[in-house]
Amino acid sequence: MEDVAPKAETRILQHRHLLGLSTYSADEIQLILSTAREFREVLERPIKRVPTLLGTTIANLFFEPSTRTRISFELAAKRLSADLINFGGSGSSLSKGESLRDTVQNIEAMKVDMVVIRHSSPGAAHFLTRCIKARVINAGDGAHEHPTQALLDLLTISERYESFSGLRVSIIGDIAHSRVARSNIFALTTLGAEVTVCGPSTLMPLHTESLGVRVVHNLDEALHGCDVAIALRIQRERLGASLVPSMREYHATYGLNGRHMTMHPDMIVLHPGPVNRGVELDDEVADHERTAILDQVINGVAVRMAVIYLLAPGAAE
Amino acid sequence: MKPSDIVKAQLMDAQDMERTLARLARQVIEELHPNDKSAAIIGMHRRGVYLARRLQTLISDFENIEIPVGTLDVTMYRDDLHRISRKVQMRSTNIPFDVTNRHLILVDDVLCTGRTVRAAMDAVTDFGRPARIQFLTLVDRGHYELPIRADMVGRVVPTIPGEEVRVQFNEIDDREGVWLVTRGSR
Repeated sequence: MEDVAPKAETRILQHRHLLGLSTYSADEIQLILSTAREFREVLERPIKRVPTLLGTTIANLFFEPSTRTRISFELAAKRLSADLINFGGSGSSLSKGESLRDTVQNIEAMKVDMVVIRHSSPGAAHFLTRCIKARVINAGDGAHEHPTQALLDLLTISERYESFSGLRVSIIGDIAHSRVARSNIFALTTLGAEVTVCGPSTLMPLHTESLGVRVVHNLDEALHGCDVAIALRIQRERLGASLVPSMREYHATYGLNGRHMTMHPDMIVLHPGPVNRGVELDDEVADHERTAILDQVINGVAVRMAVIYLLAPGAAE
Repeated sequence: MKPSDIVKAQLMDAQDMERTLARLARQVIEELHPNDKSAAIIGMHRRGVYLARRLQTLISDFENIEIPVGTLDVTMYRDDLHRISRKVQMRSTNIPFDVTNRHLILVDDVLCTGRTVRAAMDAVTDFGRPARIQFLTLVDRGHYELPIRADMVGRVVPTIPGEEVRVQFNEIDDREGVWLVTRGSR
């Protein structure tokens, strides 16, 4: 590089927003991951902040309870020197009866450049793109997608495996209600991984095979030859009592335990958190050295920095 | 070089570069205080990294002095990020030593506006507080926009607007040398 003028070596996202990973190409996903690796290094420095997005304003709109995703986005914005507004559902104007459209248009009127949204309705993020000019990042919309979670899973996997091509990944648990599973399926298949989904038939949507994945209902079958196991959280708050007989039975049938770690000595385990210990993972697995939950947390900040950085609008727009 | 580049002149061939690099390496050695082990070289992406490694080898060959080399990508510190929507690909920053109290020599292939050096100084001071920072460049083409000058210069090449200087290294390019080019239409 000889000066700071824009140079030809430029790769860009084709998208203006991150609503989901179903339409993102392998190149775009790899660009996010390689950018995230550079930001990951920033997080190890004595001063964990770069001036990259000085002057950019980001609104964090969380209409659904979330601790780690919200904090992760907040930290990512701050590490990039962007300004951040936090807006929660309860105690806000939404509980006074304002519509989502009015809320975000009011927020945008305060000159916000990017909006991060978590909402219980699938398509909420997509809806926003039609109401406002700001860039939109989906932080989870109902059971639809949670793209940054999948991206942080991919970054974590890529730290342990060189290539996604032919990598055998099993996603275990409540596939039907999981936006994490959907985003992961889209991204992993795009990158050439072989994805297996596994769960009780009550938690398995119909026609899951049409997403290009193998569907099994037996955990041992799912773990056979598996490189990466992604255990999904049983969302007690969403599940009716009827879908799983009991947490104990779920653990006996689909929970990962120490025996699985011994039987599959190369397999790594991911979990989006928060872990229900004794349900999806027993204590031995949750604290196992091949369980990458804490790597996922720090990678989450790096991946969100990358997404914010790559989507941030230039002043020319 | 880029496909759109139109070559106006070759400024250095491989042999010229070898000679100039040898002189720069000796100049770096001159700058080192005797018995001071604090010196380190930081190469700025992209070609500054290769330049830094060459200097490291030469310094080791000449005087048996081992100087650590780090790499720095200043993309995150650019002052024009808010003006452009196209994002430059980031490359790895790897500084495998504590910069505090060190004598740092920043290395880049070409000095033009000085903005990259400004960004690099901001970046390294986020890693710690160096005792001293110097700047070494292979070509100084001079269109300074900041009060920043090089401490060690391979060659001064006055250029006119529209001209660019391309430094090529065998390690990443298919040839070695320095060329003066104009940017053709893209």
